Amino acid sequence: MASSLASPSPTSSFIRNKKDLGFSAFPSTSQIAIQKCKKQISKKIVSVMAPQQSERKPATTGSVKTGMTMTEKILAKASEKPQLSPGDNVWVNVDILMTHDVCGPGSIGIFKKEFGQNAKWLNSLTVYYHSVLKVWDREKIVIIPDHYIFTSDERANRNVDILRDFCTEQNIKYFYDIKDLSNFKANPDYKGVCHVALAQEGHCRPGEVLLGTDSHTCTAGAFGQFATGIGNTDAGFVLGTGKLLLKVPPTLRFVMDGEMPPYLLAKDLILQIIGEISVAGATYKAMEFVGTTVESLNMEERMTLCNMVVEAGGKNGVVPADSTTFKYLEGKTSLPYEPVYSDAQASYLSEYRFDISKLEPLVAKPHSPDNRALARECKDVKIDRVYIGSCTGGKTEDFLAAAKVFLASGKKVKVPTFLVPATQKVWLDLYTLPVPGSGGKTCSQIFEEAGCDTPASPSCGACLGGPKDTYARMNEPKVCVSTTNRNFPGRMGHKEGQIYLASPYTAAASALTGYVTDPREFLQ
Amino acid sequence: MAASLTRISYSSAFTFSASKTSVFSPLFASSIEVPTFSPLTVKPLCSTFAPHAAHAISFTTHATSIPASVLDTSTKTFHGLCYVVGDNIDTDQIIPAEYLTLVPSNPAEYEKLGSYALIGLPSSYATRFIEPNETKTKYSIVIGGANFGCGSSREHAPVALGAAGAKAVVAESYARIFFRNSVATGEVYPLESEARICEECKTGDMVTIELGESLLINHSTGKEYKLKSIGDAGPVIEAGGIFAYARKTGMIPSQSN
Repeated sequence: MASSLASPSPTSSFIRNKKDLGFSAFPSTSQIAIQKCKKQISKKIVSVMAPQQSERKPATTGSVKTGMTMTEKILAKASEKPQLSPGDNVWVNVDILMTHDVCGPGSIGIFKKEFGQNAKWLNSLTVYYHSVLKVWDREKIVIIPDHYIFTSDERANRNVDILRDFCTEQNIKYFYDIKDLSNFKANPDYKGVCHVALAQEGHCRPGEVLLGTDSHTCTAGAFGQFATGIGNTDAGFVLGTGKLLLKVPPTLRFVMDGEMPPYLLAKDLILQIIGEISVAGATYKAMEFVGTTVESLNMEERMTLCNMVVEAGGKNGVVPADSTTFKYLEGKTSLPYEPVYSDAQASYLSEYRFDISKLEPLVAKPHSPDNRALARECKDVKIDRVYIGSCTGGKTEDFLAAAKVFLASGKKVKVPTFLVPATQKVWLDLYTLPVPGSGGKTCSQIFEEAGCDTPASPSCGACLGGPKDTYARMNEPKVCVSTTNRNFPGRMGHKEGQIYLASPYTAAASALTGYVTDPREFLQ
Repeated sequence: MAASLTRISYSSAFTFSASKTSVFSPLFASSIEVPTFSPLTVKPLCSTFAPHAAHAISFTTHATSIPASVLDTSTKTFHGLCYVVGDNIDTDQIIPAEYLTLVPSNPAEYEKLGSYALIGLPSSYATRFIEPNETKTKYSIVIGGANFGCGSSREHAPVALGAAGAKAVVAESYARIFFRNSVATGEVYPLESEARICEECKTGDMVTIELGESLLINHSTGKEYKLKSIGDAGPVIEAGGIFAYARKTGMIPSQSN
């Protein structure tokens, strides 16, 4: 699009942009269309010579009268408004739209149905439109097959084919495809669990808006961005326009201070919070996590924290970006980003303070994530299996934590212990990274010595049950300690199954005893 | 709890109801503005917002999915048997993940999704939402407790209820994404009750919802209950959904020009 650089006339640029954009462009009669048009022009310029986001007016400049939270600021920036308050409904420019094999085909169906009509109509009126319906931006859509991959379910396989056809047709830049289901390693593009892959592949950036057709899209809030889950219809709209009407949420502020004890993980922190405010305590609200404990967490732990805000009903979770964030992003993204931070005088709906040094390892008992109990209170609960995996508890740090417990005990697990790395990168880490204090052993070696199942192919696995032949699915009414995010009836397969949500420490400790176990039994 | 907790409330800085007005929200599909919409994705549940709409477009194509209910569009009512559930009915209970391979925008699979609606409810629900060997429900109104539709963002959930033949859900409160998806798809009309009616109504009771009067009448018990107004989702509902709203406000080109 270098040609638009040379085009001084807004009119001709507009048309050219429309052509380029397909049906994401707005009618020339509306003010919005003109704004959008300008934006597109400047985008084309900056894509050649300057940072992509520099055209945006930072909401932080100018005369800010009222303090804003970082969630409000991100949405203000994305809606090109100087000031926003909770309750405002605004059209927000989306930086990244993510979808996967479960909701992608439906979203694509809506996109084609809704915008396909425009294609015909506009074609009859103007020669500037392509006949092929185009998504709003082929570089801002990330499509990640991850849910039902290693299954013989024909419809599940077909759904990945639908994604592939769409990505080919639309020339989608980021499609993490898998074709050879018999050996995931033969698919270099394949990643695995979308929320972890988004971070690892550099799609999460501070200050941006990331929407995804998955409720755990809120995970990306760990990067100081606005991230939330949407449905197929909304995603279909974003596919065509790059925008979505969003309501600005009020923010709940969680201040966590104190040194993190060596037997706790971020999972304990979020289970504590959900237990405190209930599964609906943050409905429609943003959850902002701050404090010295949060600052001490690595990125994957911050992701765990934000991942489960939806289990409290939260719209998004957010952690202010800092040096830990910037370091993680080094080499992962070449796009510039602009972190935003809550103003000192920002208004919060309420504030919660926790002294983390006094917290004990927790679980969420069946069948609700807010059914909080101390792990040691459940020591008489006999379990049948342990599951370590998912976007919540299947990251490299989660497996390192589990390995630490197995290493400290030197014993073997007493119940089947299933390991499902979230992504191909995590899987590789299990086989290559030395576990600290192990004398150079890898996680996979420690897991093997402890008698765990061999780490499985990376995917969402049995976290949400899935097709009957899903690895480690609960096809019988078992009792499972799991590092995943939900323990609703039937979540992992069987309706009468019982799921105890726990940290990787607690999960590993429980595997070693066959009962729900406080990891301090092994980590003291 | 072991951790000390201090809760400081910044009281009335923002006092709007967290439950209802929510996320911007509702977008109901009216067939009039967007006749090219597939009725499978945008099914007017109640043509209140498009009283002059060609009902035939949506209702004939969807005739099979309106079993027990009678939709009186002129007086804005839903009428039929109700199915009562409790609190925190999550999306895994509404449509378990093993059925998510079904793509809602595919007509045949849409129907199939409907046949599995609420199949994830525990066996303690002796009366099932859809009886064995049936594909549609005889209950056109679902009555729930707090936090209805929590969990996943799967749009399959409101779609399954709608495809099964449910017209409206009346709950104490909703999880955000389910509420928005209900409105976005127009599959079920998500209403909120002021009282906790899931404990006063029984599955099989005959009920009527008078939208105009924000009222739910249980004919079996003779009791009436107040419903909350839909909130600031109104403009989007009136436009006929997010696509119609966006077209109306010039965000995207109109389909009907």
